[in-house]
Amino acid sequence: MRFVGRAPRRYWLIALGVIVFAGLPTQVTSFQSLEWAEVLIFAIVIMGLNLLIGYSGQISLGHGAFMAVGAYTTAILVHRYHVEYLVTIPIAGLLTGLVGFFLGIPALRLSPLYLALATFALAVITPSLIKRPENLTQGTQGILLPPQQPPDWASSTFAAVTGGPAMTSDQWLYYLCFIAAIILFWVAWNVVRRRPGRALMAIRDGEVAAAASGVNVAGYKTLAFGLSAFYAGVAGALYALATGFVSPDTFPVSLSFQLLVGAVIGGLGSIAGPLFGGIFTFWLPIISSQFVQTQDWIPDQVASVFKNAGPAVTYGALLILIMIFAPNGLAGLILSAYARLRSRLRGVGERTSGQLPPDPQTV
Amino acid sequence: MDEFLQQVLSGIAAGGIYASLALALVLIYNAMGLVNFAQGEMAMFIGGIVIQRIVIRPVERAPVLTLVIVTLGLATLINGLAGFFFGYLPRSFPSPFSVQTVDILGAAASWQDLGVMAVSGVVLVLVFFMLQRTSVGLAMRAAAHNPEASRLLGIRVSWMLALGWGLASAVGAVSGIMVAPILYLEPNMMQTVIIYAFAAAVLGGIESPLGAVIGGLIVGVTVNLAGTYLPGVGGDLQLAVAFAIIIAVLVIRPNGLLGRRAMRRA
Repeated sequence: MRFVGRAPRRYWLIALGVIVFAGLPTQVTSFQSLEWAEVLIFAIVIMGLNLLIGYSGQISLGHGAFMAVGAYTTAILVHRYHVEYLVTIPIAGLLTGLVGFFLGIPALRLSPLYLALATFALAVITPSLIKRPENLTQGTQGILLPPQQPPDWASSTFAAVTGGPAMTSDQWLYYLCFIAAIILFWVAWNVVRRRPGRALMAIRDGEVAAAASGVNVAGYKTLAFGLSAFYAGVAGALYALATGFVSPDTFPVSLSFQLLVGAVIGGLGSIAGPLFGGIFTFWLPIISSQFVQTQDWIPDQVASVFKNAGPAVTYGALLILIMIFAPNGLAGLILSAYARLRSRLRGVGERTSGQLPPDPQTV
Repeated sequence: MDEFLQQVLSGIAAGGIYASLALALVLIYNAMGLVNFAQGEMAMFIGGIVIQRIVIRPVERAPVLTLVIVTLGLATLINGLAGFFFGYLPRSFPSPFSVQTVDILGAAASWQDLGVMAVSGVVLVLVFFMLQRTSVGLAMRAAAHNPEASRLLGIRVSWMLALGWGLASAVGAVSGIMVAPILYLEPNMMQTVIIYAFAAAVLGGIESPLGAVIGGLIVGVTVNLAGTYLPGVGGDLQLAVAFAIIIAVLVIRPNGLLGRRAMRRA
């Protein structure tokens, strides 16, 4: 057991996080576990976005559209072809990954701006594209999925551990998202710390230098885009299963914006960032509207307008402020606060890491 | 044939609006190497210079990625503020032109379409004149082309960039005013228009003002004709046509019709 004592401090933090999230459904209501399942779903898609923006330096404004592809793949397979729902999750991920891969090919030949343009356009047209093949997607009506019941082993284990009633379908879906999030975060952690990650970061920090060092720039960029779309597809599939309903209006342009805000605020180029981003993306609109509603001193009319406009204004302002004052997001703030604290306590020099790429022209 | 001509005419009218907005995008792209995602939203408020000074200035030297995210934040913020102040219910906006029609070569063209064409034409000519024939325009082009040399020559580069933003938002605002009577005034009104403008700018070559105008007209006419004659496109998939144009240009001719070959810098 000697290695336990020697484990780096971040392993303890990870273990703590895993335990907290594993035990969450035993402490909150069944409905609240479903809310936290959505937090984890957002965290997964933001992780994909983070691999793309934070590590490979490309931008996508279309991850809401990729989520839609994944969600509709699962919904159609389950509803129309009666495929086992667990099987549809990887299928949705792979299919979305392929879509992203092929969409990425034309746009990747040029600057990140074109990619941003193409993906933004994709996000805008997605709702009307979904409405079209009506016999497949049921048009504006959407597709309703039955709640997925937990398997017996999970249900009885849960009941044995909590000593309470059997597992609800909401709690089961939470655990599905939890397992998916752990696997996908672990994959991302390995990707960024090994050869592909180093190649991506080299491309991000200086494309010409990376190419000169023998990195297959176009290949790795397309790969990053495909991988990122894969994450969004899995998240979309889980979203369809968790909410039990998909319609074109589930995936508006603003969803893609929210995801981007989440990625930026959580912290680009960090592994923990997307988790903060997911928590933020899910809870900010809810908390901000509820907070205003409960404040008596705010006139009703202002409150009702704020309910609509509030998240958009807050999102926009936060996006700008974070980009100007804290480009590494919440994860960056926490890291630098910790480093400062440690240097204060021990007199160790500050370590900077996870910086956004510097201006290419000044390199 | 009459219907065809009529669709072409209204396509040109719409194309004029896209051209104005695409021109605004090109102006800012040339000044900063940036596609301004807030352009559509900024068309609703005339305040380009103020926005540039407050929001863009601090990140002027930041990487493109940061700038794109900031303009997206700006778009969201302005959109939310518009919803906050004016509400989310669509409002009709009185058109300065009559909707009565006039007969041209057997096609019925509305005064509205003709008026929009005239206004876009005047705006485009004015911008060309200003950029090409005035000393301010020359200074603006110089500041965008080579900031360091311009600064040595006594041009206040940063203010020229601000002026570029101001000009772009003024041009964009004209397109906003013209689009409003057609689309109803609501906060998300510019979201679809900006996609057409993107398509126009990419088609014309993102750094070419003339290309933006030509691209705008082509996109306007193509989208209108596709909506009328292609089976299965109809009104709601016209945006998909614009998307297809963007992708096709990127695949076949990434520099657009009039753009120069992109050079990469390390």
